[in-house]
Amino acid sequence: MSWIAALGRAALGLLAAMGRVAMFFGTSVTHLLRPPFYPRELALALLNIGWLSLPVVGLTAIFTGGALALQIYAGGARFNAEAVVPQIVAIGMVRELGPVLVGLMIAARVTSSIAAEIATMKVTEQIDALVTLSTHPMKYLTVPRVLAATLVVPLLVAVGDVIGIFGGYAVATGTLGFNAAAYIQNTVDFLQMRDITSSLVKGAVFGCIAALMGCYFGMNSGRGAQGVGRATKGSVEAAAVLILAANFVLTGVFFSV
Amino acid sequence: MITLDNIHKSFGDNHVLRGVDLHVARGTSMVIIGGSGTGKSIAIKTILGLVTPEKGTITVDGQDVSQTGDRDAFLARFGMLFQGAALFDSLPVWQNVAFRLLRGSLARPKEEAHEIAIEKLRRVGLTPDVADRLPAELSGGMQKRVGLARAIAAEPEIIFFDEPTTGLDPIMAGVINDLIREIVTEMGATTMTITHDMTSVRTIADNVAMLHGGKIRWTGPVADIDGATDPYVDQFIHGRAEGPIETVR
Ligand SMILES: Nc1ncnc2c1ncn2[C@@H]1O[C@H](COP(=O)(O)OP(=O)(O)OP(=O)(O)O)[C@@H](O)[C@H]1O
Ligand SMILES: [Mg+2]
Repeated sequence: MSWIAALGRAALGLLAAMGRVAMFFGTSVTHLLRPPFYPRELALALLNIGWLSLPVVGLTAIFTGGALALQIYAGGARFNAEAVVPQIVAIGMVRELGPVLVGLMIAARVTSSIAAEIATMKVTEQIDALVTLSTHPMKYLTVPRVLAATLVVPLLVAVGDVIGIFGGYAVATGTLGFNAAAYIQNTVDFLQMRDITSSLVKGAVFGCIAALMGCYFGMNSGRGAQGVGRATKGSVEAAAVLILAANFVLTGVFFSV
Repeated sequence: MITLDNIHKSFGDNHVLRGVDLHVARGTSMVIIGGSGTGKSIAIKTILGLVTPEKGTITVDGQDVSQTGDRDAFLARFGMLFQGAALFDSLPVWQNVAFRLLRGSLARPKEEAHEIAIEKLRRVGLTPDVADRLPAELSGGMQKRVGLARAIAAEPEIIFFDEPTTGLDPIMAGVINDLIREIVTEMGATTMTITHDMTSVRTIADNVAMLHGGKIRWTGPVADIDGATDPYVDQFIHGRAEGPIETVR
């Protein structure tokens, strides 16, 4: 019977952790609405999370779009449906791969760096120092990062979508013999408003998750270098899993007719 | 002004504070001594609310610190030098010192904050050229002094110094001891200082308290410390390996 108890404990532990994360999120929202605000911190976070993530997002998207075009062409050829490459690349990128891959790249790049930074601040008493200087760590550290990620990751996803489609276009017109103008026309005609909205909403949710997990694990870091390492690892794992789970839910919400 | 009443704090089964009682009067300088790991830093952190005690009450001006309505206003009365300096490593030195003067309720124009920062750095024996460096580029002793400058920058009425002279050369330690004494006598601040350095104790203290075994073992005016009959105090101030305080070898 001990495995039932263990299972129960694990389930309760998971529920408690979810509760703590939800509380953490709630607290950051209340701090978002009450002054003082730290615009300089927000600007820095926008720069770090948005602008400086562009290269890695662009590279991820272009290779994925290219590979997608090759696969769809090869798969479609088995039942004479090679012509659907532009449509399926567009849908695949905009609905799923764009937001998910950008989200995961942000988890790798941003969540880890936020967690490591805040955990180090915690371990070296910088968080305590903030408090003694009448500055609330949630307001000064968490709010700007979570807000910036929620605002800017949708834009990154949009950029990723466009570059991914371009990757497919480049492969299709370059090596698969598609007509350039027709390819673009097919893409534009096929995409619906709902595809684009879902892509941007997913981006906002994933950005929020990524930054929130970085802050949560950083603020709750254990002591010493090992504490920082654990916090960083935990934050990326949690962010990645939550992003994929949220993606499943959001896809259900947007596309289950 | 500051009163700790029966404060208890444990970490797991490590029962660090076991009923600390302490009173610090307004405008006086209290020095806390005691062996490494006896909970001196933790005791100070409980006053600021950085560590929550399991039991006991702490009052500042008669008001329970766990029930302060406006936390920012409450904390604006305090300055704190952390044992490890705890400088913000993403900000240059001067912005660390002027942190409080650049935002929040005590905010003032940037030039003025910069000027004050330079002045405070000078008071802890640092030249203006360190102002634009990052904390990581400074030596340990210099970081400690930047932390000190930050603690006093907004001229708070209550200041805590956690080992202000550790890691400093004897001359600089003397400068810092004098500075802390000045802050009490000239600015009328109330201070609590943790130190292992008996020279500091004699320069800085009005009163001394010795923490041992989770309680205040002895407290009294600094003038009485040499005549104290308590064997723990005697062993501590003379730095003897033999005595009631156990040393592991
Ligand atoms: N966050 C924490 N988690 C667990 N234990 C802690 C924590 N902080 C302090 N302790 C423990 O509390 C005890 C007292 O720590 P504290 O830092 O107050 O000592 P101290 O008297 O300031 O020592 P020192 O003179 O070496 O600075 C130590 O045994 C330490 O291991
Ligand atoms: Mg200490």
